Amino acid sequence: MQSGRPRAHTLFPRRLNWLYAPALLLFAVFSIYPLISGMGLSLTNWNGYSPSRAFVGFDNYARLLSDEVFRTALLNTFIYGVGSTIIQQILGLGLAVVLDRIVRGASLMRAIIYLPVMVSPVVLGTMYYLIFRYNNGALNDLRALWGADKVAWLADASVGVTVIVAVNSLQFVGISMVIYLAGLQAVPTEYYEAAQLDGAGWWQRFRSITVPLLQPAFATSIVLNLIGGLKLFDVIQVLTGGGPGSSTHSVSTLIGETYFSSQAAGYAASMGVVLFILIAVATFVLNSLLNRKRVEQ
Amino acid sequence: MKDASTPSRVLIYIALGFVALLQLLPFYFGITTAAKPKSDLSSPWTLPSDIYWQNFATALEQGQILTAIGNSAIVTVISTVLVCVLGALTAYPLARRITRGNQLVYAGIIALIMIPPLSVLVPLYTLMKGIGGLNTHWGIILVMVTGNLPLAVFLYTAFMRSLPISIEEAATVDGANSLQVLFRVVFPMLKPVTATVAILAGVAIWNEFALSTYFLREPATRTIAPAVANFFASQGSNPGAAAAASLLSVVPVLLAYLFLQRNFIKGMVAGAMK
Repeated sequence: MQSGRPRAHTLFPRRLNWLYAPALLLFAVFSIYPLISGMGLSLTNWNGYSPSRAFVGFDNYARLLSDEVFRTALLNTFIYGVGSTIIQQILGLGLAVVLDRIVRGASLMRAIIYLPVMVSPVVLGTMYYLIFRYNNGALNDLRALWGADKVAWLADASVGVTVIVAVNSLQFVGISMVIYLAGLQAVPTEYYEAAQLDGAGWWQRFRSITVPLLQPAFATSIVLNLIGGLKLFDVIQVLTGGGPGSSTHSVSTLIGETYFSSQAAGYAASMGVVLFILIAVATFVLNSLLNRKRVEQ
Repeated sequence: MKDASTPSRVLIYIALGFVALLQLLPFYFGITTAAKPKSDLSSPWTLPSDIYWQNFATALEQGQILTAIGNSAIVTVISTVLVCVLGALTAYPLARRITRGNQLVYAGIIALIMIPPLSVLVPLYTLMKGIGGLNTHWGIILVMVTGNLPLAVFLYTAFMRSLPISIEEAATVDGANSLQVLFRVVFPMLKPVTATVAILAGVAIWNEFALSTYFLREPATRTIAPAVANFFASQGSNPGAAAAASLLSVVPVLLAYLFLQRNFIKGMVAGAMK
């Protein structure tokens, strides 16, 4: 997201290129090697601890195609990613537009909205458990006020998935809000004043000035939220543990379970490869789509 | 919304109040649950008549929350310092010596941001086992530094490119050697972006759960997020103590947040828009 071509340092000594060697070493050992060796492991039937493993070709991938549990996890991963992204854009942009102008209480509101971003999803998930649990859950207690029956929020697949999307969206909506606030503050006020003189109403100004000038913020926020949602792990683990059955698993939580509980390391590795490809493709497609639409500033 | 009419202002404030309530309620329930004994079956909405401190004692003793906070502090501080130092060192040639090779290296590092931690769980766990890094602080530090470094390199490189080169070139002409230029001219100018990187990486590492839950299984080396999750799971019948453990783990973050609130948000803005 760099504007203009950077100028090179003409007197920069070549040997200083070595300054990035330590980082490259770390990347080679702890990122690239695991990525490649994971692809290798995904072609074996390794169970995770036995010294023996056999090459099975693409058997694991064929198994993924017919695996009901994996298909559910894949679908959930999409729902977590896309659902959270949509909620966070609507809520985040709405909050930013309002808080950009309102003077009284705006900074306190920003702090409150941003607070959950700072807290571990594990901790927040624990607190949300107190809201959604069956007995003594805050939500069921509230419903009892008008005599409604208790609902097993976390013991139903589709409700559980919805709750997880909601919790994840509310936790990280502060990031979208801050990105949009930064974008809004970069819009010159003269634009609005000129449009207002021309008789443009609030909605017209929002549509033809704010939205086009927010394109870079849209791109950043959407990509960040989508990646975050697609690799969701913590909240699921704490709220439902992937259950009931395995109906709320994401690909991430399913990988952990497949490796450590089912002891199918090769199979888990193939899920890892699919997850990586999924996120890489989503990021690439989204980035090129959103950047093509961007207005030159 | 300076031009908004009074009724719509009221509506906006009501909506904002609702969102604020939504964000603060989980913390409220955490506090009321932690302050009541197990035998108290009243709703989390109601305040306790007395604060029941035993939950916090249970969290500290059985949950070993203090040990976990100490472990998290060690891992977070060392990893964050390493991310800043390595990030700045890596970004310098990438920002200043723009060759085809360096552009390729830069693009490769940025692409690493897309690797979800769980997608390499199996091979990374095998590797850590092989080098004896499981249940050690140095093991998780290496993983955390590698995971947070790409974003740091991205932010440092963008920031350095926005700095005028002429200062560095002038120093070179004045006879400073290249390391003097780096340490005396470039590094001092990096303070604002270093604050951003330190905040983003520090918070991410403090809260990290996905990998540390598998790599740190022994209570003695466990960090805070897996410790809370473990305590939560094993104390399912004692939600008061689990809530107390959660609250205790938030205290350091809350203190940091109150101290650095302005920089947190500013850092996020800079990080997001660069």
